[in-house]
Amino acid sequence: MTIEEIENQIVDEFSIYDDWMDKYAYLIEIGNGLAAMGEEHKTGDNLIKGCQSQVWFHAELKDGKLYFEADSDAIITKGIAGLLIRVFSGQTPHDIVKADLKFIDTIGLTQHLSPTRSNGLLSMVKQIKYYALAYEGK
Amino acid sequence: MFDVNRIRKDFPILEEEIYGKPLVYLDNGATTQRPLQVVERMTEYYLRYNSNVHRGVHYLSNKCTDANEQARETVREFINAVSTDEIIFTRGTTESINLVAHSFGEAFIREGDEIIVTEMEHHANIVPWQMLCERKKAVLKVVPFNGKGELNMEEFGKLLNERVKLVGVAYVSNVLGTVNPVKEIIDAAHAFGAYVLVDGAQAIQHIPVDMQALDCDFFAFSGHKVYGPTGVGVLYGKRGLLEQMPPWQGGGEMIKEVRFEKTTYNDLPFKFEAGTPDFIGVIGLGEALEYVKGIGLQDIASYEHDLMNYAMEQIRTVPNIILFGEAAEKSSVISFGIGGIHHFDLGTLLDKMGIAIRTGQLCAEPVMQHYGVTGMARASIAMYNTREEIDVFCEGLRKIEKIFKL
Repeated sequence: MTIEEIENQIVDEFSIYDDWMDKYAYLIEIGNGLAAMGEEHKTGDNLIKGCQSQVWFHAELKDGKLYFEADSDAIITKGIAGLLIRVFSGQTPHDIVKADLKFIDTIGLTQHLSPTRSNGLLSMVKQIKYYALAYEGK
Repeated sequence: MFDVNRIRKDFPILEEEIYGKPLVYLDNGATTQRPLQVVERMTEYYLRYNSNVHRGVHYLSNKCTDANEQARETVREFINAVSTDEIIFTRGTTESINLVAHSFGEAFIREGDEIIVTEMEHHANIVPWQMLCERKKAVLKVVPFNGKGELNMEEFGKLLNERVKLVGVAYVSNVLGTVNPVKEIIDAAHAFGAYVLVDGAQAIQHIPVDMQALDCDFFAFSGHKVYGPTGVGVLYGKRGLLEQMPPWQGGGEMIKEVRFEKTTYNDLPFKFEAGTPDFIGVIGLGEALEYVKGIGLQDIASYEHDLMNYAMEQIRTVPNIILFGEAAEKSSVISFGIGGIHHFDLGTLLDKMGIAIRTGQLCAEPVMQHYGVTGMARASIAMYNTREEIDVFCEGLRKIEKIFKL
């Protein structure tokens, strides 16, 4: 599936919840279900450190596609990381770099995009795009 | 008679809805809301009287200058200082402490001197002293606190000696809510010839303070934590001490005569107020203190005391609750966690219920290290909070605890 197709799928899934608490309960479920990250990848290099919670992101290139792993000590953050992994893992660096990620806004997670939230969605997306940029030429 | 419903009407923001739910504002330790009276007074000055203070010969300038100096008198009376010369307007508690660290530090601190702070201080009452110690090769000592979040006074006694020049202590801890025995600390420090700075940021809105009875040498607080505007605060200092301190910042207003050969400085308090002050902020702060005085800080304190007892009672019934700070003397602040739930998740989910609290390291990393946590959640009350809001808050916590159990 393309990035956009996966985004649309996520938007559909979230659209069944009217209530904020349900959306967050779903994020928590995603967070809890996220595949465990290899301990060897939970390094300082992979840490996106901030005041509120810690997030680790690791990327690996296989056959021209990027695969991500992530973990966080906060479960909602981990759920958001899980959504991003679902969207980006298995995509080419080129597609990741040019993705504009409309789904974040559509499902109403925009508040996590605030640039002052150093551990919010924005820094995670930035990190993923940095990885993609770094691998794009390879 | 203290009437919380009447008070709430003065704070329109409390009627706001957040994500369709009535706002429950429990982040008062970070900043309190401002009543209409404060906003209206400031608006009036912006729209009708704005003009720079202490400069002009004209009507508007005099009007603003009078209001600015009237606010100084209001502050003096509010904290019972001897003279308005002892009331210096700053940008807030942080700037007040930095002013002392620079100016007092310049005049009084020598190599090998000691400065004492406590383990429960806000970063604003740690870092300026560390910077001073670095500049002057002085030594910073720390008073630890016990499991309940109370200062170890025995350790404090042991740290005192004639090398100690200054003790910096929070009246009320912004994390633990502990009301520290500042009078005891001040007297003990004075016995060794040390000066004492009290960080009053979390006390000024909850506890009546009296500079002459306390006998502290410096007292710092912020306007925005006592229902006033942001960007304005107060440094109280004993006149005799302030007179011996050099100016911190140079510029307009703080001078007597400027010559290229030698400039002489203005008298107190203007010596420490370089540049155009936030005079409309100052006027707003004066109005906020008048507002608090009108309700009566003693009545506010007893209402809040009752509300805190209720909140502590209720929050203890939440499954897996962890409380940080259970001092016998506790005011306004409840820091907590729920076993197995990250503080960021707690804060995010409470937010979705319209409940505003603070999460993170609360500008007090040493306190986080003391408990071995990466952060906490903190609910903090003000005079306009109600038992019903505490119920909504605790119900929210129970709901979150359940979501995580699933």
